[in-house]
Amino acid sequence: MDTSDNLKFLTKPLHADATTDIIYMMCPIHLLTIAQKIKEIKVGQTLAVLTDYEGALEDIPAWCGTTGNDFLGVMEEPDHFKFFIKKLKESS
Amino acid sequence: MKNIYMDYAATNPLHPEVLDAMMPYFKEDFANPLSVYEPAVKAKEAIENARQQVASLINAKPNEIIFTSSGAESNNFAIKGAALANQKKGKHIITTKIEHHSITNSARFMERSDFTVTYLPVDKYGIVSPESVKKAIMDETILISINHANSEIGTIEPIAEIAKIAKSKNIIFHTDAVASTGNIPVDVRELNVDLLSLSAHQFYGPKGASALYLKEGTRIMPLIYGGIQEGGRRAGTENVPAIVGMGKAAEMARENLTARIAHNIKLRDKIIRDVSSIEKVHLTGPIENRLPGHASFVVEYIEGEAMLLLLAANGIYAASGSACTSKALKASPVLTSIGIPSHMAHGSVVFTIGQEITEDDIDYFTDKFKTIIKRLREMSPIAQ
Repeated sequence: MDTSDNLKFLTKPLHADATTDIIYMMCPIHLLTIAQKIKEIKVGQTLAVLTDYEGALEDIPAWCGTTGNDFLGVMEEPDHFKFFIKKLKESS
Repeated sequence: MKNIYMDYAATNPLHPEVLDAMMPYFKEDFANPLSVYEPAVKAKEAIENARQQVASLINAKPNEIIFTSSGAESNNFAIKGAALANQKKGKHIITTKIEHHSITNSARFMERSDFTVTYLPVDKYGIVSPESVKKAIMDETILISINHANSEIGTIEPIAEIAKIAKSKNIIFHTDAVASTGNIPVDVRELNVDLLSLSAHQFYGPKGASALYLKEGTRIMPLIYGGIQEGGRRAGTENVPAIVGMGKAAEMARENLTARIAHNIKLRDKIIRDVSSIEKVHLTGPIENRLPGHASFVVEYIEGEAMLLLLAANGIYAASGSACTSKALKASPVLTSIGIPSHMAHGSVVFTIGQEITEDDIDYFTDKFKTIIKRLREMSPIAQ
């Protein structure tokens, strides 16, 4: 999995202005959900995404790169990942 | 302006004769097939007649057909049901990197339940090498699932050859034949498979009716428990009109298969010839061993979505990779698996045709498509 360059693992959770729980959902629901949820927060705010889908480790940083949002990092919880994404601009 | 539907891989139009066959079961013959009175018996007989018709299409026995609601359900049923039913023998599954999401996500689900899965690579035409299957087999392997034909790049896989390897090792073999059944000959005995998924709306039948072929003697764990429908293997009151429609569509596909294939190949080859002549447009998938009505390409320097929108503005309806990956802004795993770089994979377009399409339609389409590519490239900074 090509995750080494832009994957930041966190040891402590960050503040999140909104959280979405998509545990048990699979590809590509994580990307579609983020695209939807990021529209619902303001520029500068942070979205937390809870998922147990391993493909997200590659897809979410890549999605942030493609859409111009800031991937702040991911925390590994016992049975899922918690991704933090900062909204940098209004999505088109 | 013409309206040309070129997205048959997404779904087919319902054949008028199929709709006629279905109508009585929406209206007067609406009874629950499990009930005991005469109208219910009639509904039950209609289901059994459809089961016979579907079995005939793929050279199965009627008792080997389980009706489901969709190709995705059939695929989930095959992977989860066969894996769970055989887990005492081992917990290893083999599939490929170019399967439909209903296979890959079911496989990932099994990984979460302590199974291991090998996702085999494919060559530049999307072909799975039987040798790679042989090498991936371990003592714990209990299930192999490989698509019969790929709906994104049209590749027809050497299933009989691969199934032979699986059989020699006593491993259950499933093929996702949703894209192929009704479009090319599909014979479960010749293919030598234990499970096979098929879907009515890929051969002029209705949505909401699909089937899983389960070879006699193959054990499966149900996904849906409840009543005694489908021999207890798939509970739930049957969608009688849709099942009747699937039966009728299967009968028509069997009777007309040769003519349908000839029509589709002729027009497909015309599309491939005309579109491949455009500069920096490349056919994806093979030329030989390709689905008859399937032409897929990558167009350099242009986004697939942009082409689709302009085609639609000209009354031409087509697709770009798989619907779910294009909506997620992610390069299609099928295209990256055949070695297409991610930036080019975003320029993918898939044209799939059927009996309603004429040569004139293709001429109209090619003319419009050439203009659209030229226009988009003029607007693209990277095309200069």
